[in-house]
Amino acid sequence: MKQASPIYGLMAEFDDPTKIVAAARRAHEAGYRKLDAYSPFPIEELWEAIDFRKSKLPLIVLIGGIVGCIGGFALCSWVSATAYPMNVGGRPLYSWPAFIPITFECTILVAGFAAVFGMLALNGLPEPYHPVFNVPGFDQATRNRFFLCIESRDPKFDLKATREFLEGLDAVQVNDVEF
Amino acid sequence: MQDDSKSVSPDQTISPPSVLGKGLTFASVTDKISTIALTRRTPIWWFVGAGISFSLAMLLFYTIGYLVLTGIGIWGNNIPVGWAWDIINFVWWIGIGHAGTLISAILLLLRQKWRTSINRFAEAMTLFAVASAGLFPLLHTGRPWLAYWMFPVPNTMGLWPQFRSPLIWDVFAISTYASISALFWFVGLIPDLATLRDKSKNQAAKIIYGMLAMGWRGSARHWHRYETTTLLLAGLATPLVISVHTIVSFDFAVGIVPGWHATIFPPYFVAGAIYAGFAMVLLLGIPLRKLYGLEDFITMRHLRNMSKIMLATGLIVAYGYMMETFTAWYSANTFEEFMIKNRFFGPYAPQYWTLIFCNVLAPQLLWIKRFRQSIAAIFVVSLIVSVGMWLERFIIIVVSLHRDFLPSSWGMYQQTKWDWSMFLGTIGLFLSLMFLFVRFLPMISIFEIRGILPQAEVKEGAE
Repeated sequence: MKQASPIYGLMAEFDDPTKIVAAARRAHEAGYRKLDAYSPFPIEELWEAIDFRKSKLPLIVLIGGIVGCIGGFALCSWVSATAYPMNVGGRPLYSWPAFIPITFECTILVAGFAAVFGMLALNGLPEPYHPVFNVPGFDQATRNRFFLCIESRDPKFDLKATREFLEGLDAVQVNDVEF
Repeated sequence: MQDDSKSVSPDQTISPPSVLGKGLTFASVTDKISTIALTRRTPIWWFVGAGISFSLAMLLFYTIGYLVLTGIGIWGNNIPVGWAWDIINFVWWIGIGHAGTLISAILLLLRQKWRTSINRFAEAMTLFAVASAGLFPLLHTGRPWLAYWMFPVPNTMGLWPQFRSPLIWDVFAISTYASISALFWFVGLIPDLATLRDKSKNQAAKIIYGMLAMGWRGSARHWHRYETTTLLLAGLATPLVISVHTIVSFDFAVGIVPGWHATIFPPYFVAGAIYAGFAMVLLLGIPLRKLYGLEDFITMRHLRNMSKIMLATGLIVAYGYMMETFTAWYSANTFEEFMIKNRFFGPYAPQYWTLIFCNVLAPQLLWIKRFRQSIAAIFVVSLIVSVGMWLERFIIIVVSLHRDFLPSSWGMYQQTKWDWSMFLGTIGLFLSLMFLFVRFLPMISIFEIRGILPQAEVKEGAE
């Protein structure tokens, strides 16, 4: 077991999307796994470079949709046939075709909530404090700069070697990420 | 039609012409859009416009106060015209909202990159239009404090909603639509709120934008889930928006009144909604791009594309009018035939022919390239279409109700000043919210614009 590192990790700054993707690929190839990249807009190649392809999100949304669908239909059926049966000209109480619009709306509603809150939960947001915000110039990560962070909890992390590795990646600068 | 609106496919080898102005960079895009909310001096016209809108919104609140104290008798609604301006305005506003969802969801699924410049304010327009729309049926109940009876809330009366009624379907459709639109809009804002947080110098602004951005830091893992969410929400919102106006049309089509009881209503309502909505997007977008100097983002190509969509949906609506007339004749039903004759030659014939002028004739100008390239022409046509779509609902609702099956129950409808104040008031509410939105939030999606810049492309051989 490695001793707890005094810093969160090392952060390299780039000024071009092609460079950050190349750097992320090289870092991944070099065996680093506890790493993350930060960019001002979504770059598909970037999450592929750090080998992050699968997400539980579609499954969560599917479950949300199924819950909404069954829940909406059950609500309409139970209310109309059991809880508040209303005889309208002798028509059947369990008139299922009339329940479809609300079933559909409930499906979309619950699936949509599952998508948004599922995304926030998986991303760990809201998270007001995070060590990466301590890096000088990180406020440009939402403007025009791209960052690659190798975290100190990576088994391959070594303050000196990792810094040298990052400096060899065509980075603008490399900084410590303090806790 | 021109081929400049062709879909931009990602696997095209020759890169398509950019939808944006030339020479933009990540930094310049970010600064140009974010300074509107952060540092630029609020222009004087903003105060004038917001002041007028806010005064109209006050008129709305005054009307609502008087309405709640007195009752809906202050409106012109009567028997037989039990639904009038309240429902006309409700359908008009809901329809306007639909263009926002179309732009943000359907055009996203179709990979139309030009939508990026207009989706943010179009979505805001959706939210504010739905808020204005919702007021009308709520107040039309007469006792808005009992509106929760429409929701399935367990209560001591043992009372439950009637789930077979299109009006209850409508409650579910509109509230789902409002919720999903709000979520979609807010999720889209998160990365841009983070930009505002990082760029603002003012401590209070930093804290407020920071709390709203929830600690967004642009991590690749986050972006991956974020993109999945956007795509899934778009997939969910697409059938939703179609279902909403379909269900609104059921409010009429499920009834037996001649002029309402028609199977063409759902598609014809959905097309009409998009038609009116694009007209409103143009009415808002044209002054915004001019006043804030956003011509690099909302280009002529956007205006042209939108006027083409308006033309196309306008033709669908014209087809709807034609089929209503044809069906009345083909059905050989006396009441249906009378309904059409009454529209053509009855007491409300001037409104009907104005509607035909506004919705069928005027937009045909957009076939001509010269008019599609003239901002003034597009603006005027959009204005005419907005009036036309309002008149369409007037014809459907008032003209159908005022002469139904029994001549003994015929009547006439006359609006009151309270109908006017309510309608103008919601326009005020809508514009007030719009003014606040363009002042405090980025009206164009900054991160999406960064993503469609040519330099955002990752070059081959990034080893």
